[in-house]
Amino acid sequence: MNFIHNLEVAINGLRANKMRSFLTMLGIIIGVAAVIIMISVGQGASKKIAGQIASMGSNLLIVFPGAGQGPVRGASGSVNTLTLEDAEAIAGLSMVAHVAPELSTNATIGYASQTWTAQVVGTTPEMQMIKDWPVSAGSFFTGDDVRSAAMVAVLGKTVVDNLYLPGTNPVGSTIRINRLPFTVVGVLAPKGASLTGQDQDNVVYIPVSAAQKRLMGVNYVRLINVQAETPESMNFVQSSIENLLRQRHRLVGTSSDDFNVRNLTSVLETAESTTAVMTLLLASVAAVSLLVGGIGTMNIMLVSVTERTREIGLRMAVGATESNIRNQFLVESLVLCLIGGIAGILVGIAGSKIISKAFGWPTFVTVSSILLSAGFSAAVGIFFGYYPAKKAAGLDPIEALRFER
Amino acid sequence: MAGKTAIVLENIKKVYSMGETQVFALKGISLTIREGEMVAVMGPSGSGKSTLLNILGCLDRPTGGTYYLGGEDVSRLNKNQLALVRNKRIGFVFQNFNLLGRFPVLANVQLPLVYAGVGKKEMADRAKEALDWVGLSKYADHYPGQLSGGQQQRVAIARALVNNPSLILADEPTGALDSRTSIEIISVIQKLNIEKGITVVMVTHEKDIALYCRRLINVKDGRVLGDTPVSNPRNAAEDLAAIPEEREALS
Ligand SMILES: Nc1ncnc2c1ncn2[C@@H]1O[C@H](COP(=O)(O)OP(=O)(O)OP(=O)(O)O)[C@@H](O)[C@H]1O
Ligand SMILES: [Mg+2]
Repeated sequence: MNFIHNLEVAINGLRANKMRSFLTMLGIIIGVAAVIIMISVGQGASKKIAGQIASMGSNLLIVFPGAGQGPVRGASGSVNTLTLEDAEAIAGLSMVAHVAPELSTNATIGYASQTWTAQVVGTTPEMQMIKDWPVSAGSFFTGDDVRSAAMVAVLGKTVVDNLYLPGTNPVGSTIRINRLPFTVVGVLAPKGASLTGQDQDNVVYIPVSAAQKRLMGVNYVRLINVQAETPESMNFVQSSIENLLRQRHRLVGTSSDDFNVRNLTSVLETAESTTAVMTLLLASVAAVSLLVGGIGTMNIMLVSVTERTREIGLRMAVGATESNIRNQFLVESLVLCLIGGIAGILVGIAGSKIISKAFGWPTFVTVSSILLSAGFSAAVGIFFGYYPAKKAAGLDPIEALRFER
Repeated sequence: MAGKTAIVLENIKKVYSMGETQVFALKGISLTIREGEMVAVMGPSGSGKSTLLNILGCLDRPTGGTYYLGGEDVSRLNKNQLALVRNKRIGFVFQNFNLLGRFPVLANVQLPLVYAGVGKKEMADRAKEALDWVGLSKYADHYPGQLSGGQQQRVAIARALVNNPSLILADEPTGALDSRTSIEIISVIQKLNIEKGITVVMVTHEKDIALYCRRLINVKDGRVLGDTPVSNPRNAAEDLAAIPEEREALS
């Protein structure tokens, strides 16, 4: 009963001072919206990175030739120390799930009168497993195709889009890679852009043996993808690979490695945790603005208590207890903050969408960020409403009744 | 003066301390008021009339002495217990009405019931009944600001009545009204005293108004200086009937 009365009184009070109530709420609205937008931007970024990790293949180690740090040094082409046999040997190690060597080159692809430049990657069928990349038509080439260096190809979506008329099924047709004829056996499902913005669908997969012997005339591979069975085993697998390759390449004593094993997943995971820290930071800044909104609420509640001193005195005279009065003002500031909070949530969701559209950033509004800000604004209402409410409840009824504005 | 005692004051004292100085507002007041009495309290400004009424109304506690309300010692109750006593047993009428301008008349009259935990339907029924009793049922949905001073004071009386109190306390209830309207208000107070048997204690500055009561207590300098029955109390309703022309002129 009393709660409903308090609610009615609160709404009556807020309506009596519409402009003032709105401006007070605006502080809460901005605060809540800022929290939601910041969290959604942060969540969007980390979702995107998580997506990259998944598309790259989880638990992935990449073996590059050369002693340098990473692919750049290897790309100079001075050291071509990795072979198909190395890849096969790695596959025999424990805790290794899949191994896929890669030998890639940019090549001109021709079909009928059309030509298109794409990355041609020689690999094994395990590549499909590592990347968890389904086909949308036909199938990936097989281990037999690799053994026989078959002239077969699996096309990425972008390649298909640029060579074939819409609606045609490329499976069974013959394309030319650097003038060599390859039979299309499958088309990959679209995957989208990579973390660095590269189009992952502008690719043609062929058996690594065909790439070595027919296309490029070499006997090394550019790199070897290794998928460990579990995230925990990655360090173990990494050192097993290092030991194995040192043996196979007859590196003894202090002579430095002619290869290096990189854990790209961990790089991305670092990026992900950096993003999480950024999200937290942005959300904290936004939370400060919610705090400022709360202080605004407190200010208005204090004004409201002073304005209604006589009313408080009268209510006490007709039997209101201190807690009745305190609850009345608590409910009022709670209503103020909750309405502000709900409006802020709507503004926040809309703002996130606008930011996605305007800047092309991925944003992701989470239920938890909505609950968090709703809970936070209620907490602000109670926290900043408490002091004014306490002040109102502590008034002396006689003095309150005598109060002159 | 038959009937049970409504109020017994034994050597009531009230001291206000303001830093170094102390103000002795009541210096030992002893009184007995029986149920159904209608008492006027008079005295010069600053004599302690309002202080006395506030203690009678359980808005304040005495610094010394004992106050029995309906046989119960209420001078040592805590704030919550005092609030309950005010809510259930006492009605207040103020000089400046103290209506809440944000709320319609009916909501104003209901206010004591909100804190009595009465259900919504019963609240409205009882408030309407009280409004009807003071002759203002038509004005339930008006706002206080739309009413004349006399009407506002009648709404305040309805609010004081709505909880069926045994005691109504009025601090200069006619202080803000012209003489004609004052008599109107006094007639309502006389009516609730006679018809409902509610004990009334009323502070007034005007001897004319005091003569409508049946007992007159004179307070000076925090003490009772005189306590006399009014030999022939005036009847406000009769006095009103005697001045009908003025009614037209004023309304
Ligand atoms: N809260 C207070 N603090 C200090 N002194 C007070 C307080 N309230 C009343 N007094 C003092 O107590 C004395 C009695 O005051 P009270 O208000 O009871 O007088 P009163 O008889 O009602 O006067 P009036 O006819 O002007 O209303 C006065 O001297 C007044 O200054
Ligand atoms: Mg006074």
